Amino acid sequence: MRRVAVVVFPGSNCDVDTIAAARAAGSDAYPVWHRETDLRQADIVILPGGFSYGDYLRSGAIARFSPVMPSVNAHARAGGAVLGICNGFQTLCEAGLLPGALMRNARLRFLSRPVWVRVDAVDTPFTTLYDQGEVLEIPIAHGDGRFVADPRTTAELEAQDQVVWRYVRDNPNGSTSDIAGICNAGRNVVGIMPHPERRTALALGGDDGARVFQSMEAGNATQHAVDVRAVGDHHLRV
Amino acid sequence: MTAYRVEIRVMPRAALLDPQGQAVEHALHALGFAGLTRVRVGKHLVLDLDAPSSEAAAAQARVMCDRLLANPVTEDFEVAVRAG
Repeated sequence: MRRVAVVVFPGSNCDVDTIAAARAAGSDAYPVWHRETDLRQADIVILPGGFSYGDYLRSGAIARFSPVMPSVNAHARAGGAVLGICNGFQTLCEAGLLPGALMRNARLRFLSRPVWVRVDAVDTPFTTLYDQGEVLEIPIAHGDGRFVADPRTTAELEAQDQVVWRYVRDNPNGSTSDIAGICNAGRNVVGIMPHPERRTALALGGDDGARVFQSMEAGNATQHAVDVRAVGDHHLRV
Repeated sequence: MTAYRVEIRVMPRAALLDPQGQAVEHALHALGFAGLTRVRVGKHLVLDLDAPSSEAAAAQARVMCDRLLANPVTEDFEVAVRAG
């Protein structure tokens, strides 16, 4: 049984669903308030979806300076598994733990509907139980989901197989290279815009997201060196 | 220490799609502003701060931009200082 810390920021609203999904997969999942600094021996840290600090300034920009974040940073840099879902993905990019940024959807509208994503990397702590190339139906619920990075970073993501999920059939938000989720160079930090915690049982309309949590509980992904491109507490400049 | 007013302009990188700017541009075209060729939408922040000199105030504002107010992946910023 793995210990899973789900960080709760003011404005998080997917924390309870995420804890339920992790518990359903067999994990010992518990909330950690953003003002705490002790992750309580977490094996895995999840930053859940929501609207931390009202998305003021930029999504995730203020959450990234919460008191809990130095501990999340230390956990990630020691090779510990970290998953950011939606607002959590935005926060990991703002914190420099993942490259790139998430900008306003290309057609400006907030989108809340199912999308289809293909699993393009099965060697992260959150995708080991999927088949390479498998297509999943998982909902999105975001206004700022358009992944952008400079061409060099995008080329690196492709070359190192750091694109973990890619939109197929349609690209809902104008994301670069249809990117729905990525990992860092060390493959231990993962971000995804759709919400796997909302598809963990047939009663919820499908269980395509359940194996994200079952994969982390299976815990057979290797831990790698830290991402050397994320340095200090400044944004990446690449 | 002197009081300064610092005005910071944060703009989306020119190379990136700016859907807000495009939406405003289309609306202005619809209103008949035919000569309009491009609109971009950014943020304007106004800070009042005390600093030993205007250079120090500007330097502090640039650090604020680097750390929080602008995202270097997607945005550029300009800082202007005047006596508050």
